[in-house]
Amino acid sequence: MSKQQQHWEKTRGLLFVTLAIWFVFSIGIFFFGAEMQESNIRPFGYPLTYWFTCQGSLGIFVILIFWFAGRQEKIDEEFGYSEKEDD
Amino acid sequence: MFKGKFIDNLPKIYGTYTGGFLVFIILMAIAEQAGMSAKLIGIFFVAFTVLIYALIGYLSRTLQVDAYYVAGRQVPTVFNGMATAADWMSGASFVAMAGGIYFKGYGYMALLVGWTGGYVLVASLLAPYLRKFGCYTVPDFIGTRYGGNAARLCAVLVLTVASFTYVTAQINATGTIASVALDIPFGIAVYVGLASILMCSMLGGMRAVTWTQVAQYIVLIIAYLLPVFWISNKLGAGVFPHFMLADEVARIAELESQFGLGTVKNSAADLATVPKGLAGITKAHSDVNTTPWKFISLAVCMMAGTASLPHVMMRYFTTPSVKSARRSVGWSLFFIFLLYSSAPMLATLSKLSLMDPNLATGIIGKSIADVQALDWYQNWNQANLMFVSDFNGNGTLELNEFFMGGKAVVLATPEIAGLPYVISGLVAAGGMAAAMSTADGLVLAIANALSHDLYYKIIDPKAETAKRLIVARVLLVLIGFAGATIAALEIQGILGSVIWAFDFAMSGLFFPLVLGVWWKRANAQGAVAGMLLGLASGTAYLIWVRTGGAGFWGVTQLTFGIVGSLVSLVSMVVVSLMTKAPDAATQRMVDEVRVPSGKTVLGKQH
Repeated sequence: MSKQQQHWEKTRGLLFVTLAIWFVFSIGIFFFGAEMQESNIRPFGYPLTYWFTCQGSLGIFVILIFWFAGRQEKIDEEFGYSEKEDD
Repeated sequence: MFKGKFIDNLPKIYGTYTGGFLVFIILMAIAEQAGMSAKLIGIFFVAFTVLIYALIGYLSRTLQVDAYYVAGRQVPTVFNGMATAADWMSGASFVAMAGGIYFKGYGYMALLVGWTGGYVLVASLLAPYLRKFGCYTVPDFIGTRYGGNAARLCAVLVLTVASFTYVTAQINATGTIASVALDIPFGIAVYVGLASILMCSMLGGMRAVTWTQVAQYIVLIIAYLLPVFWISNKLGAGVFPHFMLADEVARIAELESQFGLGTVKNSAADLATVPKGLAGITKAHSDVNTTPWKFISLAVCMMAGTASLPHVMMRYFTTPSVKSARRSVGWSLFFIFLLYSSAPMLATLSKLSLMDPNLATGIIGKSIADVQALDWYQNWNQANLMFVSDFNGNGTLELNEFFMGGKAVVLATPEIAGLPYVISGLVAAGGMAAAMSTADGLVLAIANALSHDLYYKIIDPKAETAKRLIVARVLLVLIGFAGATIAALEIQGILGSVIWAFDFAMSGLFFPLVLGVWWKRANAQGAVAGMLLGLASGTAYLIWVRTGGAGFWGVTQLTFGIVGSLVSLVSMVVVSLMTKAPDAATQRMVDEVRVPSGKTVLGKQH
């Protein structure tokens, strides 16, 4: 497999992981909205589902994007595809 | 004062600007104490900020194509994040979001999740690749990737439908705010709003819009956060409301059952006396009040729509590198998060201050005559945003007898909580900034697509630079006027048309964009079929449901993008597989896009 194919393979792997995490916090947990609301886990004292819609999911997305960007930069570096800083 | 290149001085320049704005707020506060009238303060706030934006727009004027279309591709990561946040957060986010949460609770929160979750798709599926491509507009990518004018033309069509639906809502919002703050009729205020929007974008295109959007973000975020923190501290609810309002949320639930929420229903005859557009509290504040599918389908539409709206995508064409485009998406979402996570807090504080009889501001349970005598009630009743009526004739205001407009949560809460008027003036300036910045991005997206893709690429490929930029500016003005004219008719509400715009964009553009990068086999015929059939089926479903059709799968007029995008995906895959695979040159181009380093696929000037 060429260098470029390997790079793409890894990039695609990262995409699937990123989308899986995204799916859990944007779609998955809301199948169980009513159940989570009754849960004893109460971040900062808020009901769980309420907290996820106000801050939880939103904050996780922010962190997820920065994590994704960092991982992708590592992959690019590994294959020598990093851009020059003065680009 | 500022030596060296403009770009290197950005932190200093915007730091000074922010400081200057804070000083302006303090001066206004002093003027208020000295007896300046509320109306004059409002006028000062809106006029002062709009003039600053216009000045930035003028200073950023340009005669270069790549500065006009993509701000010369040198907007630093964090500043591009701020500009995107302003581009993204519309008048609807600013003025109507807290109100939506206040009235609809959980069911509405799907929009918050959707409007933020979409950025994960932008960052991972599209933005870095489109940046590498080096296009000026979204149809530029579609047209070059798939080849042929048909694909380019379809992309222009979808872009125009979606963005135009959106922009009328934004011009409507600028008009609403300008008419309240400057005290002029709405029909004229719409054009005042339009003039301010055009001043920011006409001379400098994307470059001017970028630097005004950064300035607008600073104003709008101060205008949103300052009242939230102030009210929270004033009520003694918490120093940092975001982490400290759990007791208040619980207290609201307690009051809801005490006041008989959901058990006391208004008769249809009573409701008929309530002015149009006002609503009472009918949903519990923090309960899960909708089915999983309803919540998820709305969130999915907003997410896919986010990743298809051209005015957002084109912001990432302006970063210096692919890497910074990726990081810039993270910063955008961070700056958006600051406002979005505050909206539910504002809704909570607003509801509590109106409902809790232990607070001085609480009105539920007080005598109707007392409430009607309140200054702020009279003001907002006159503005047609508040209404009380003694349906049961007991002389006391019950929960089901109080009605409010959605905008009032943001606009009136500072006054209800007893904050000085200077805060209300600040909020008006923030709302204006939010609506203007989004309108600018949208008008520019449409005008650029028409001037670059339709005029230059299809009609007159030999046009000179000067002529191209004149055409771009003429189109900008025409589209602005068309938008303002339709906005002045006030056909539909602000929020409804915003959601439709997402559904339109998702129906026509989501899969053609994503598959353009992630599926090499996708070809022009498939893309054209995907865009046209997606848009057509989505639109047909919308019309069908609007005219009384039953719909299926629980898809409503707010989520018709689900139908449109599924049709788009299926037709794109089927037609692509039935027709010839893209040629070797196109395949190489896709390979090229997937590698972050190296030159852009399209030349610097094209």
